[in-house]
Amino acid sequence: MSSLRESGVVGDSAIHRLDPRAKLVGLLAVTVIAVSSAAWPVHAACAVALLLVAAAARIGPRVIVRRARLILLPVLLVALFARTAFPPVAAKATIGTVSAVLLGATTSFPDVLHALERLKVPRLLVLIAAFMYRYLFTIVDEVQRMRAALTARGYAPRHALQVQAIGRVATALFLRTYERAERVHLAMLARGFDERMPRLHAPAFRRADALFLTALAPLLAVRVVA
Amino acid sequence: MIDARGLRFAYPNGVVGLDGVDLRVQEGERVAVLGPNGAGKTTLMLHLNALLKGTGELTVAGTSDAKALRALVGLVFQDPDDQLFMPTVREDVAFGPLNQRVPDVEARVEKALRAVRMRDFADRAPHQLSLGQKRRVAIATVLAMDPKVLVLDEPSANLDPRTRRELIETLETIDRTLLVVSHDLPLAARLCERSVLLSAGRVVADGPTLELLADEPLLAAHDLELPEGFDLTRLLRTASPRSRPAASASGP
Repeated sequence: MSSLRESGVVGDSAIHRLDPRAKLVGLLAVTVIAVSSAAWPVHAACAVALLLVAAAARIGPRVIVRRARLILLPVLLVALFARTAFPPVAAKATIGTVSAVLLGATTSFPDVLHALERLKVPRLLVLIAAFMYRYLFTIVDEVQRMRAALTARGYAPRHALQVQAIGRVATALFLRTYERAERVHLAMLARGFDERMPRLHAPAFRRADALFLTALAPLLAVRVVA
Repeated sequence: MIDARGLRFAYPNGVVGLDGVDLRVQEGERVAVLGPNGAGKTTLMLHLNALLKGTGELTVAGTSDAKALRALVGLVFQDPDDQLFMPTVREDVAFGPLNQRVPDVEARVEKALRAVRMRDFADRAPHQLSLGQKRRVAIATVLAMDPKVLVLDEPSANLDPRTRRELIETLETIDRTLLVVSHDLPLAARLCERSVLLSAGRVVADGPTLELLADEPLLAAHDLELPEGFDLTRLLRTASPRSRPAASASGP
């Protein structure tokens, strides 16, 4: 579960302080442009753009590699089966992953959620993502406690039939999560929840944000020409 | 302030939560609701916010409307992971005031976090906090709504001695009608001058905390006991007489 802890914002820079909407739209655009084309000049341009963003945000290659490999290794493995199409598929996968890593390393998850909400993504989806983020760590802790309890009583599965204990753990976890959801709902009602998620303050879209998006615009030109 | 008469509630599976509870609490009083597990303490607490509705009468400051009750009575739940559901501490504390649509949300959040000494943690995510810190933030989320009555469910559960003491000290500084639901008897002795003993959904005793805790046979009859070696007489000697409205007892 160390991969879960290996997340969050790294460092601070002008990029970090941009409006999360600008970063979300910009980096998503890079991914979409890369994925929508098979021409190598487009991929090269996207890679250069990401490198520039990484440099501006002072995110080192180590952070990027460490985080990207979680997704990239299995994806590249699958891409190997595409044989002749491997280079473009691999390029698309790498660009998409690195965009996501850069967004994650420069923007906190709550900020991404705000951005999604302000970009008019359906509220229910944003709400689900928010609760998932909040309770992921709680649930992981619960799983670890249950696993420790199993191990403490000598559970060490050697053949398939012994796996049923895992199934029981999954059931217990589901029930616990369900009960927690009910309690959380009560706690929300107690504080006047009326089906709308209130928002504290909205960040303003400033000149730097517009500048960031304009700087990425040449990519679009490359995509159209190539 | 709180006026409950003949409050009854049974859960859908037939378990009786409340079996005719009569309770009156004056403004400014600090009352401990004591009782063993399953006595109906939490059920009573949920009624104070109209999250459960039984038969009988329950009014707070003369009203029984659900929305008004939720603004008047602030509930602090036992597990802070249930209470803190927003991505950051600041947003969580702002959740209640934003729902109330009050104009000075930011100021309220600041004030509430300062009251529980958690101002430096405003931008943290709840999962990054210790249990004691989470519990303090949970209290802030309710304080920010400026309720007339604060109700805490087992505030000292699972805290280490030092964190527990710090929490009690924080609670002592909060000047409101306070209802502490607990089976931590020393906590009740420290915080509340009046105690109500709830057992099997009924109020079986109601009176000054120190007198109630000195009645060992009564406690034993309802599965409660003071920690071994706990010297009640020391508290009796050091207890500073607070000038609060006298308890108006109303037993079953």
